Amino acid sequence: MTDQDTPLYAPREPIFPRRVTGWFRTFKWWIMAVTLGIYYLTPWIRWDRGPNLPDQAVLVDLANRRFYFFWIEIWPHEFYFVAGLLIMAGLGLFLFTSALGRVWCGYTCPQTVWTDLFILVERWIEGDRNARIRLHRQEMDGRKIRLRATKYLVWLLIAIATGGAWVFYFTDAPQLAVDLVTFDAHPVAYATIGILTATTFIFGGFMREQVCIYMCPWPRIQGAMMDSDTLTVGYRDWRGEPRGKHRKGARAAATAQAATAYAVPEEDLPEGPDHGRPISTHGGTAEVQPLGDCIDCMACVNVCPMGIDIRDGQQMECITCALCIDACDDVMAKIGKPRGLIDYLALSDEPRERAGNAPRPIWHHVLRPRTILYTAIYALIGIGLVVALFVRQPIDMTVSPVRNPTYVTLSDGSVRNIYDVRLRNMAGEDKPFHLSLVSDEILRIDLEGTAERNVVVPANETLLQRVYVTARAQDPAAEMDRVEFRFWVEDLTSQDRAFVDTVFNGRGTE
Amino acid sequence: MADETKKKPVDEITGVETTGHTWDGIEELNNPLPRWWLWTFYGTVVWGLIYTILFPAWPLVSSATSGLLGYSTRAEVAEEIAAVETANQALVSELATIELASLSQNEPLERFAVSAGASVFANNCSQCHGSGAAGAQAAGYPNLLDDDWLWGGTIDEIAYTVRHGIRNETDPDARWSEMPAFGDILSTEEIGQVVAYVQSLSGGDHDAALAEAGATIFLDQCSACHGEDGTGMTDLGAPNLTDAIWLYGGSEERLTETITYSRFGVMPPWGERLGDAQVNAVAAYVHQLGGGEETVAE
Repeated sequence: MTDQDTPLYAPREPIFPRRVTGWFRTFKWWIMAVTLGIYYLTPWIRWDRGPNLPDQAVLVDLANRRFYFFWIEIWPHEFYFVAGLLIMAGLGLFLFTSALGRVWCGYTCPQTVWTDLFILVERWIEGDRNARIRLHRQEMDGRKIRLRATKYLVWLLIAIATGGAWVFYFTDAPQLAVDLVTFDAHPVAYATIGILTATTFIFGGFMREQVCIYMCPWPRIQGAMMDSDTLTVGYRDWRGEPRGKHRKGARAAATAQAATAYAVPEEDLPEGPDHGRPISTHGGTAEVQPLGDCIDCMACVNVCPMGIDIRDGQQMECITCALCIDACDDVMAKIGKPRGLIDYLALSDEPRERAGNAPRPIWHHVLRPRTILYTAIYALIGIGLVVALFVRQPIDMTVSPVRNPTYVTLSDGSVRNIYDVRLRNMAGEDKPFHLSLVSDEILRIDLEGTAERNVVVPANETLLQRVYVTARAQDPAAEMDRVEFRFWVEDLTSQDRAFVDTVFNGRGTE
Repeated sequence: MADETKKKPVDEITGVETTGHTWDGIEELNNPLPRWWLWTFYGTVVWGLIYTILFPAWPLVSSATSGLLGYSTRAEVAEEIAAVETANQALVSELATIELASLSQNEPLERFAVSAGASVFANNCSQCHGSGAAGAQAAGYPNLLDDDWLWGGTIDEIAYTVRHGIRNETDPDARWSEMPAFGDILSTEEIGQVVAYVQSLSGGDHDAALAEAGATIFLDQCSACHGEDGTGMTDLGAPNLTDAIWLYGGSEERLTETITYSRFGVMPPWGERLGDAQVNAVAAYVHQLGGGEETVAE
């Protein structure tokens, strides 16, 4: 189409992360086990709520507009709990990002966890990095087809399990499992599973780091949340540079005489590395700076699931998964150097470390006004929600005055107002309620359809009761414009009471 | 544009071909669209074409293409309504045949009847009786929220009134009564006396001397229907004149008008149009609006 030299879009460079062991890797395996365990198993936990209510511990019942979470039951009018939890989730991300950088991305983000799982499967089937690179480069043959097919199949099974687990949160899991297998489930369930299977398969198997780099807004947002005290994964270039492959003698000499420039014989010069800067040999003289701790082994690059070189400094692509720390520590141990050439560090420590001082302790970075403020707000909202949960009215009454017409004249001349009173019974059993009113004026309360002032609200339902408030012709309220009064409702089983203030309209001054 | 073979000019700074369009010396670079964008665009065009073949789309002179899949939102709505009707079938047939007096013992059916009745009322009754069922005194449409009933306020009596209507020629079983226009029978003076007496019955402001004279006339002319004490008679739809409720208004002016020219409030019969289930539903709805009378056991 056009004869431009450079294409507008670069194709993806395939990434083949190498296996790594170490503290962070172990920690991440545990997090993966816990998060995936929670995701897959939660819908299967049972919780007895009595005969009329579902016995699934965590259930989003969209059809009946209920959210069940163990002993908590949220009705639509209490959606502010969900809003509060979302605000807490947001603040939690602020807190963790300002203190520890992109820990969410590196450890618990579903994209990271599932990609990690998919890479694990890939390694089991196709082998580690080098085997996978060879397989990638080789021509298609029987073995390659077999390996690829096996890998895709396992991925697909994981993807289906992922999509499948999601729908179990929305209806009774054991029943749905049976329905799914017998093809009796609702088409929406199959469609949801289909979509989530596709996204899991594609995001975890093929898009991987591209989701983080191109699709996710979080890296950009997080960039604005970090400051120089935020812990990030970084490379101590003042310790590692100049990097280069050490020969035994060169290394010993370099460490022994670190302060002075040191000349080594030509033949002892490190060979030019495949990557990284060549060792300086300026002006024809075989003068060489003492080498840093980095032996340019590329371990940190090879294990990186994002395909970057952490030694280039902080990058938007870095999800701080810390695998390069493990990889580098491993190498440092082998060559007899202290760990931490690549490590969690705060940028504000750089001048101190360059000057040869020890970095400040981590709590020094983590505890600062900003994180304390975030923690305080987070805790306040959390406490607020817990308080709201415990003091929430077990009785919920709403009163809508019927204002069409504003009042009705009865045959004996008395004035009546009509109110639509809605009573919610959030308990698992039928409950009797008693309605009454309190007013400075003389008013009478009656309930439609019954001579009593008691109503029974069925379990887990809202009852609409038409209520009449009447002022006799001879009482002042009948001729007044507005009379404020208070509806009281009492749960006759528990003696809990609740009230709603409203207004009675008399004939007024018309 | 004159010479098609000539190569488009190239922008010196960026080295990108330009479209040849220049505005005030500003040239437009001819950067191609990303390929994924272009293919997405082509994809949507193809999708759009297929869509218009499968679904109703292209307008014709008096209709539109119906699409190969035969989809129609109207048919879908009809289907949904049919599904709801099937689901309610049992309740509806039970409602059509139930002894209305026993409805209050059947709570689920009563709830169904009241909410169905509310829709029936809004569609068919609210034009005269108002959306809040408060009626309109100026036109003599009764308020259905109060406890005063011209033709009786038990659920069965309400259902009868709805089914057959009032003073209409269509239904031979319609509620019927007729008040004479007393302008032809009584003198203006006598009418004034009756008005005063009627006002005195409900304790309104009135001229005592006139009312005394009116009492005799009332006994002769009015008591046959409205009763000697003026409390009316629901069998004849004769209103109770002693209470605080006036169908057409209780002022001297309105009463004079009523007595002189009479009133002839009409309500159409709804039985055929609505069917038994809907009549029963709207009766149940009106009965629970505030003034419904209990059925007295025989």
